[in-house]
Amino acid sequence: MSDGTATEQPLHRSLGLTDDEYQRIQDILGRVPNHAELAMYSVMWSEHCSYKSSRAHLKDLPSEGPHVLIGPGEGAGVIEVDGVAVAMRIESHNHPSFVEPVQGAATGIGGVVRDVVSMGARPIALLDSLRFGPLPGDTGADQTAERNRWLTGGVVSGISFYGNCIGVPTVGGEVKFERSYSGNPLVNVMCIGVAPVDGIMLARAPGPGNAVLLLGSTTGRDGIGGVSVLASASFDEEASTKRPSVQVGDPFTEKLLIEGSLSLIEKDLVVGIQDLGGAGLCCATSESAAKAGTGMAIDLDKVPLRETGMEPFEILTSESQERMLVVVEPPKVQAALDECDRLGLRASVIGEVTDTGRLVCTKGGEVVADVPAASLGDGPLYHRPYSPPTASRDLTTEAPGPDTPPEEALKTLVASANLTSKRWVWEQYDYQVQLNTVAGPGPDAAILRLPGTQTRIAVTVDGNGRYGQVDPREGARHSVAEAYRNLCTMGAEPVAVTNCMNFGNPEIPEVMWQFVEAVQGMGEACRVLETPITGGNVSFYNQTLDEAIYPTPIIGMLGIVKAGTVAPPIGFRNEEDVVVLLGRTRDELGASEYQRTILGKLEGPLPQLDLNAEATLGWLLRELIGRGLLTSAHDCSEGGVGVALAEMVALGRFGAEIKPEVGHDLVPWLFSETTARVVVAVAPGDLSELRDLAKGIGTPITELGMVTGRLLSIRGMPDIRALTLKEAYEQGFPRLMG
Amino acid sequence: MRFAAHVNVMPRAEISDPQGQTVERTLPAIGFQGISDVRVGKRITFTVEADDEAAARSIVESASEKLLANPVIEDFELELSAL
Amino acid sequence: MRPTVGVVVFPGSNCDRDANYSFEYLGAGTRFLWHTETDLSGIDVIVLPGGFAYGDYLRTGAMAAYSPVMDSVREFAAAGKPVIGICNGFQVLCEAGLLPGALRRNAGLRFRCMPVRLRVETLDSPFTSGGMWPGQVLTIPIAHFDGSYYADDETLEELLAERRIAFRYCDQRGELTPESNPNGSRLHIAGILNAERNVLGMMPHPERAVDPAVGGTDGRLLLASVLYSLQPAET
Repeated sequence: MSDGTATEQPLHRSLGLTDDEYQRIQDILGRVPNHAELAMYSVMWSEHCSYKSSRAHLKDLPSEGPHVLIGPGEGAGVIEVDGVAVAMRIESHNHPSFVEPVQGAATGIGGVVRDVVSMGARPIALLDSLRFGPLPGDTGADQTAERNRWLTGGVVSGISFYGNCIGVPTVGGEVKFERSYSGNPLVNVMCIGVAPVDGIMLARAPGPGNAVLLLGSTTGRDGIGGVSVLASASFDEEASTKRPSVQVGDPFTEKLLIEGSLSLIEKDLVVGIQDLGGAGLCCATSESAAKAGTGMAIDLDKVPLRETGMEPFEILTSESQERMLVVVEPPKVQAALDECDRLGLRASVIGEVTDTGRLVCTKGGEVVADVPAASLGDGPLYHRPYSPPTASRDLTTEAPGPDTPPEEALKTLVASANLTSKRWVWEQYDYQVQLNTVAGPGPDAAILRLPGTQTRIAVTVDGNGRYGQVDPREGARHSVAEAYRNLCTMGAEPVAVTNCMNFGNPEIPEVMWQFVEAVQGMGEACRVLETPITGGNVSFYNQTLDEAIYPTPIIGMLGIVKAGTVAPPIGFRNEEDVVVLLGRTRDELGASEYQRTILGKLEGPLPQLDLNAEATLGWLLRELIGRGLLTSAHDCSEGGVGVALAEMVALGRFGAEIKPEVGHDLVPWLFSETTARVVVAVAPGDLSELRDLAKGIGTPITELGMVTGRLLSIRGMPDIRALTLKEAYEQGFPRLMG
Repeated sequence: MRFAAHVNVMPRAEISDPQGQTVERTLPAIGFQGISDVRVGKRITFTVEADDEAAARSIVESASEKLLANPVIEDFELELSAL
Repeated sequence: MRPTVGVVVFPGSNCDRDANYSFEYLGAGTRFLWHTETDLSGIDVIVLPGGFAYGDYLRTGAMAAYSPVMDSVREFAAAGKPVIGICNGFQVLCEAGLLPGALRRNAGLRFRCMPVRLRVETLDSPFTSGGMWPGQVLTIPIAHFDGSYYADDETLEELLAERRIAFRYCDQRGELTPESNPNGSRLHIAGILNAERNVLGMMPHPERAVDPAVGGTDGRLLLASVLYSLQPAET
């Protein structure tokens, strides 16, 4: 160790530790930590790894339900569906993607895939929730627009490059654009995996004497303090100086790692497995030992390095990608090494499990770090002060304005960045590989075959930062409700949630307040809708200079589609079908897409949200779809019934003649984002059955009109040609991307 | 003897190069005028051990023909310098 | 006789299981062939599936062309037995010299995953002889970044003269419109045959269009055709 101990005060501070935290480390060790130990505590006790600001608030979230096998606290949540274990997990990679979008997004995929693989599950699907600042030509576009476009293109190609190569289909997601993300885009990736119920693995290092193996890539200086440091501090203007700590993804090695890890598990050669993510080797070794109540002795000379002269702290905290730690019983070590060799996957024995409860690392025969394994994961817990904001930001921007005629507003919205078809994005993803993709991307949710069963699962990711900015608690409830509605519109029964909480700097009381409110709102909605939270990710410090992003909880929700149920498409299919609105519209334009794109502002109040009405509507949809009564269905959320109808025409074979509900002016009726509504089409002969079912359960319905012709004809405004809508919907995004 | 080898692989002159064309279209948009004939290729560097320069050249040439470049669509040039 | 399909697996193959699934769906037996294997005895058809064989960082298919299994595949093809290279497999066949030309980066410089229309150009091959008609338009998905077929004029003329173009990208009416060419392939080429007509390389994924639950059934025609071609002729 060059500098021996860390007696100079600034070192712990320069590593991001407070004086109190530094004192606590000394208390734990009973001495002054050396440089390597200090670096280990600094990354393990960072916000990203320790959840020190959020943990206190997350513990009350509902996490139990009939399907839940493994709840929060493991690599991924796991539920049981029709005898199969389904793992689900979301991770953010926001800051790395802002610094270098292609590699940032690519390594984000790699990380969440390894989380799922470390549970013993084969990854079968990816979904992405992305947020950027406005694109050139979009409402709200400013001097950042060109850069936003570059970031958008880069992130999409990073997901494409990595996800396609490892052979995991990207089946769904969402992309939205708001000014609040100009200085801090969001890249949240969800991964779904499957395993036999008895094949689920845990990140445990049991059995003193067992060998510890490191699989995959060599370890370099790339990403020292990378994820944890990037994700644990706000951006300043020198963001580009952080570029060296961004890692470069190697999807080919990831593919080998997936196959190798799953093969070792299948051949019963490992007793514990954990991926290397934030805080690298230091985290994987200490966590897996602590959870098993054991210790670990690691010989850093055995870690394959790609650079010379690496210090112990660098080897321990490097976040080099595509690595996995496995624990193997001594008699099986050779078989494990042979299997990795057969697959072309690098594997090295780097240490062994001990009964000391300590993580002891040696290099050149000398002990370079010796700490209680559990203490690294048992980071500080903060009850940060929080208080509601006193002044709201001015969020107005130049826009077409309130005099825009309704038909023009509709055409503009259908082509607008948030609502237009994202085909340009998802055609760059291999969404079919593995042959499970029954629906998606494009529809309200993706539907996947569940290998080995006749059952299918439906998956969606949803979030609404605009709503969150107006009211973080209500905004979070809305996001849960929208995910729920999206699944129900595909005929699924929602059963589980995972989430990614994207917020600003938690040391600012207003931001902390947003977080606390959002967690409570999310918990409440998940409790009422009986969709337990199986895990989540918290991403703080999404902030550039003084500006925090909109509070953006992203909800990943999974539902079960019974065998034989066929989800209706969005587009109108049969002429003379009756168009019906399930639910009733109120004039609620607060925080809507109409407000965003046409009026250029953001202000409340939010639409009312009745979770029981959502649950009732969900039941009705499953019943209608289960009986095969719906020929088309599309949920009304952002953009309201107007945009829903326009998409049903744009994606369908026919237009429609529509008469609005009575008692509304046309503009609020078209664009109100009232919840618990879905537009459906039914054959005329099935209308009475639909009516009876809706009446029985108490969901109001309105007959809006009929599928017919080649026009969208809404009473009270000029007709719009179906081809015009199709063009606006399909070409909007390519045009914005230039 | 050890030699530093540099192999420049370029799309063959007669076939279109969409990557080069895209770069060429973008350059004026960000203020660079007067640039034409952009082609995008790749440069592969490695160290080779051989008895003399002729032997090294023959190894590198053969590797380039066989693997590093695809003669159907690519040409290559190589540079060799003693280390 | 139940034919056995050998699905070659490179470390970066990712459509190997899909090919396996689809051939089994059609009743064939299957066997995975790891890239280091050289014994192809008992195999009736070879499939080189999609993916990124060895990472493909240098050039798609370039390294795979020199893998041990490819020597055996060469012999297998020389014996007149059917070989299909799909997507990355097509790239490998070109790199290995079993088919002429090369696959270059898509003209739009983006990965594209979408269903495309293919026009059947010849029935004279084991892959197209059973159940298709000339000019028939099939709908089969593509998923690739490097699928733009290139060969020099001389080679293209030879392919045309010998009717070795198996499939061309077209619109729903079978017309070769510019918009129907998803990647800028010369002559809209989606798939070609070798001179002996027993080796087919194609960018689209017929194995993704076999099970109606996930992507149509037009790929069945192709896979079933090659299985059917193995049956002893009725006398």
